[in-house]
Amino acid sequence: MARIVQPAGQPAPTNAPNAPDAPASNDAAGQANFDAIIAKDSRVEPKDWMPEAYRRSLVRQISQHAHSEIIGMQPEANWITRAPSLKRKSILMAKVQDEAGHGLYLYSAAETLGTTRDDMMDALVAGKARYSSIFNYPTVTWADMGAIGWMVDGAAICNQVPLCRASYGPYGRAMVRVCKEESFHQRQGFEILLELAHGTPEQKAMAQDAVNRWYAPSLMMFGPPDDDSPNSKQSMAWNIKRFSNDELRSRFVGMLAEQVKVLGLTLPDSEIRFNEDTKKWEYGPLDWEEFKEVLAGRGPCNAQRLERRRSAHEDGAWVREAAAAYHDKQLAKQAAEQKAAA
Amino acid sequence: MSEGTSTEGATAAAGAGAHRWPLWEVFVRSSRGLSHVHAGSLHAPDASMALRNARDLYTRRNEGVSIWVVPSDAIAASDPDSKGAFFESPQGKDYRHATYYTKSEGVKHL
Repeated sequence: MARIVQPAGQPAPTNAPNAPDAPASNDAAGQANFDAIIAKDSRVEPKDWMPEAYRRSLVRQISQHAHSEIIGMQPEANWITRAPSLKRKSILMAKVQDEAGHGLYLYSAAETLGTTRDDMMDALVAGKARYSSIFNYPTVTWADMGAIGWMVDGAAICNQVPLCRASYGPYGRAMVRVCKEESFHQRQGFEILLELAHGTPEQKAMAQDAVNRWYAPSLMMFGPPDDDSPNSKQSMAWNIKRFSNDELRSRFVGMLAEQVKVLGLTLPDSEIRFNEDTKKWEYGPLDWEEFKEVLAGRGPCNAQRLERRRSAHEDGAWVREAAAAYHDKQLAKQAAEQKAAA
Repeated sequence: MSEGTSTEGATAAAGAGAHRWPLWEVFVRSSRGLSHVHAGSLHAPDASMALRNARDLYTRRNEGVSIWVVPSDAIAASDPDSKGAFFESPQGKDYRHATYYTKSEGVKHL
């Protein structure tokens, strides 16, 4: 007879068979089952036994990803009130709403690993959690909305499409949903740049300036070079990551190199070339010192982004309290009605 | 970062509200004639808020014509560890499949 266990979406209770303190005998059988799943390229589901390091690695990656979506709302929300038309304003609001949705899909996926949403949120506002370094750069002109859509969301898509096949089921399923929505983001960004590039000389210059500023940070979104990426190898062995950082970055450069021609703009990198021998796209050196500085919290907008997240969370406290109070009131009302009927 | 008591107090109050929001599983029917399919989960204080949140989170692009929300802890699930024993019965019972019957091959409309 099957025991009743918590469903997929539920955080693992501490007495679950796959809890960290499970006895060693379970571990051996669990490890064998886990290894078989990975060897078959099948999927691990929340209630399966999994190595603690695998669980930790997923919690780190998925929560960072969720935080990136949530913080990523800010650079674009910055332009909602100043969008050049009602159409562009509606599009931008839909996009920012999507980013919130993506964050929520991912928090849900992370919760299935036994971490609570409150813990993740607390870690973010306390400055203890990381998120993509790209969102710590300022959005100074309207053209930045175009460059972000085209390059930042473009890089995100390159990264996320292979994650749809990540070995952890809930993560892969969240990514499928995210990827479906991201293609609209990239296209709307490309269209903004295309229209500016065919506008007045000032508009074209603004588009080129945005591309110049977002190019290197978007390439660095794929993470450090392979020889300096300590988690990558294990992550690939676990079928979480399918391609290395440099592999994905090279593919992305190839896409940009073709697409920028349609825009009639240029990329700020004279070393882009397709290497016929390796069949890979090559590019100029990136400033990894800057990447580390921004990741460590010393980028142009880190403090501002966190402060905004913190105040938004605190400003929303009354809404959460009101919803809880309403629920309590409804329960009390129901109880009173039942008592009267009895 | 600031460790001021006012900030901590506000965060604690905000957290207290959120802790009380249970988890709901969301099922979406994509069009008439199809089953509701699990879409994901979310937190909400009650069923009507869960439905509204589910609409905003899982049907921003006409993905559904109907939504179910179910408290996660109301779902009973089979134990993945016992899958061998629990799903044993169909094993070795190939005769439950049409493909088991090969002698009729070539006979039309069968």
